[in-house]
Amino acid sequence: MDAIILQILNGLDKGSAYALIALGLTLIFGTLGVVNFAHGALFMIGAFCAVTLSRILNFSFETIDPTKTDFLGNPAKIKTTYVEHWFGADFGATIIDWAVPLAILFSIPIMILFGFIVERGLIKHFYKRPHADQILVTYGLAIVLQEIIKAFYGANPIPTPAPDVFKGSFDFGTLLGFEPNAIIYPYWRLVYFAFSALIISGVFAFLRFTTFGMVVRAGMADRETVGLLGLNIDKRFTFMFGLAAAVAGVAGVMYAPINSPNYHMGMDFLVLSFVVVVVGGMGSLPGAVLAGFLLGILESFASMNEVKSLIPGIDQIIIYVVAIIILLTRPRGLMGRKGVMED
Amino acid sequence: MLGLNKKDFSLLLVVAALTLFAPFILNPFPEGSGMAQFNAGYPDLMQRFVIFGIFAIGFNILLGLTGYLSFGHAAFLGVGSYSAVWMFKLLSMNVIPAILLAVVVSGLFALVIGFISLRRSGIYFSILTLAFAQMSFNLAYSVLTPITNGETGLQLTLNDPRVLGQSATADGSIPVTSLFGLEMRSTFEMTLGPWLFQFNAGYYLCALILLLSFYLSIRIFRSPFGLMLRAIKSNQTRLNYTGLNARPYTLAAFVISGMYAGLAGALMASMDPLAGAERMQWTASGEVVLMTILGGAGTLIGPVLGAGFIKYFENIFSKINDTVLHGWFEFMPDGLENLIVGILHPFIGKGWHLTLGLLFMLVVIFLPGGLVEGGQRIAKLFRRKKPDDAGDNAQSTPAE
Repeated sequence: MDAIILQILNGLDKGSAYALIALGLTLIFGTLGVVNFAHGALFMIGAFCAVTLSRILNFSFETIDPTKTDFLGNPAKIKTTYVEHWFGADFGATIIDWAVPLAILFSIPIMILFGFIVERGLIKHFYKRPHADQILVTYGLAIVLQEIIKAFYGANPIPTPAPDVFKGSFDFGTLLGFEPNAIIYPYWRLVYFAFSALIISGVFAFLRFTTFGMVVRAGMADRETVGLLGLNIDKRFTFMFGLAAAVAGVAGVMYAPINSPNYHMGMDFLVLSFVVVVVGGMGSLPGAVLAGFLLGILESFASMNEVKSLIPGIDQIIIYVVAIIILLTRPRGLMGRKGVMED
Repeated sequence: MLGLNKKDFSLLLVVAALTLFAPFILNPFPEGSGMAQFNAGYPDLMQRFVIFGIFAIGFNILLGLTGYLSFGHAAFLGVGSYSAVWMFKLLSMNVIPAILLAVVVSGLFALVIGFISLRRSGIYFSILTLAFAQMSFNLAYSVLTPITNGETGLQLTLNDPRVLGQSATADGSIPVTSLFGLEMRSTFEMTLGPWLFQFNAGYYLCALILLLSFYLSIRIFRSPFGLMLRAIKSNQTRLNYTGLNARPYTLAAFVISGMYAGLAGALMASMDPLAGAERMQWTASGEVVLMTILGGAGTLIGPVLGAGFIKYFENIFSKINDTVLHGWFEFMPDGLENLIVGILHPFIGKGWHLTLGLLFMLVVIFLPGGLVEGGQRIAKLFRRKKPDDAGDNAQSTPAE
């Protein structure tokens, strides 16, 4: 029993990442009708926003302290970061420690702006082209983006730690009446899950309870009619692209402590999140979220030793097997709408 | 001739001339000169040109004719490589049985995957092939280790049985791949003044097979079967309404292109007898998509051009480093020189993928027909001018 709960918990954080990326992909697909192969790259750029902010916060200047000497006997140089200099040692250190959560604020405007530029500059010209062309051009864009990141940050993963408060693990089992140390779960993964739940419900609330969201939903259902009513649907859809980019970006920021960002992490996630979208049903937002968590949990169940001894190698392929079965038996996916991407 | 019309036959002749004289054509610069690093006429690279050419020709039969975009073709290449290496391990070092087995096995593999994937079309087909390829890749890495040797990759050892050959040569080393005794790695070198030309047995085997597959692809393009595939690309629904079932045709195209990929994989293993799982990764499938689109999907010569282009840049462009650039721009004032080198730095050497990505995007955006369309547009530009200079410009279709 405790093993099952542990696997569900383990599946949640990966599932949260899948769900966030798939949500963004579905937003773009549902509004603009574009299959965006560069979405994984947006996730990766988000993660590198966290890296960049922690580097910016660590900018420092050197002062010479005559009272101390280093091992060669010269006066010691002491590095002080500007942040500590401006805000005092304690508060400054806290700011540096909290670089990753702060990077969320830092990344949202960057990602929205970036989304605007990509949509206006490139994707706009591909609405009328076939889906294959859209896949190809965004695939090219993904290559370009990851190579640019590689040129700036190098090819090695960059460790980006979470704040000290969230280091260590939480003994989940004692809460439910199991023995101590039966179910141990890192704090940060819990934070990640809570955060993604917040973002997902935020996006849904935005679409459901605001006038802007209502117009966007109307546009997703029938773009032309909304246009005929005199509403500028293009402008709103461009904003949705920026929003989707921001969702992918913050997902990447928060994922940075779990998995050190490297330049091809986007490509690794891309394939899986496409599978998630297809399983959930093209164009269905709840489907994308549901499928994300479902596949994340299934994946972690498949990596249990008991399951692996039963069917060897299942942990490597479970997601693809599920995707193939779903695609062949339920062509619209779990919650797909009628008439979306039915060729 | 050979069942081809005059235009196609001359195209075949051009390709034949290009491949057979490649050791001369790709080695235009004398040995030791500053430009010698742009020579591509060494066996290893020339083999890669033709092998990826075969891969792309096969892929084009699927993408170019039926319009189905597969993101999983590298799986067939990997399967071909594995089966060829197994043939070297078990039977003999002769390449013919290895190639035959690889083509058959990858064909069967393509039949199974195609049968399932082709039940859907469009983006779903792409995702399905992607899922199958990633599945094969993950399995090759983990559970199938007894067959694939996991991360290390499948290699020849001295303990292999090789029933028709020998486990080890007289001096105790692993035998090399051969065609009835003609060793694949044997190279005839010809020195002509300052030039050094290398004629490699393995390359010529690959080149002959490339010519055969190119001929076959021309025949497929011009056959009623090819016409049917084009009909599927232009409007499958209408085809269904005329009472024709499109699926057997697309499946046949899928299997043929899978067999081409297997053939390419077998040749890769024949030139260098090892096979690794990374050949099956989806980025490897992406590469052949890049080649075909860059060259021009749906054209005969396009995929070969694209493959040659990408492989040339991968090997030559990536060798250019800052020192070489400084050498080129030496004549400029220092500041300007450093500025230009600084600007070019991210695009060369290890960053050549960036150049490739940009180039690919430009081609998809502006030249959907690839390099071939680019060539045709330029040719048209010159041809238009001759009859009458003035009046025709207005009629020419504006570039998108």
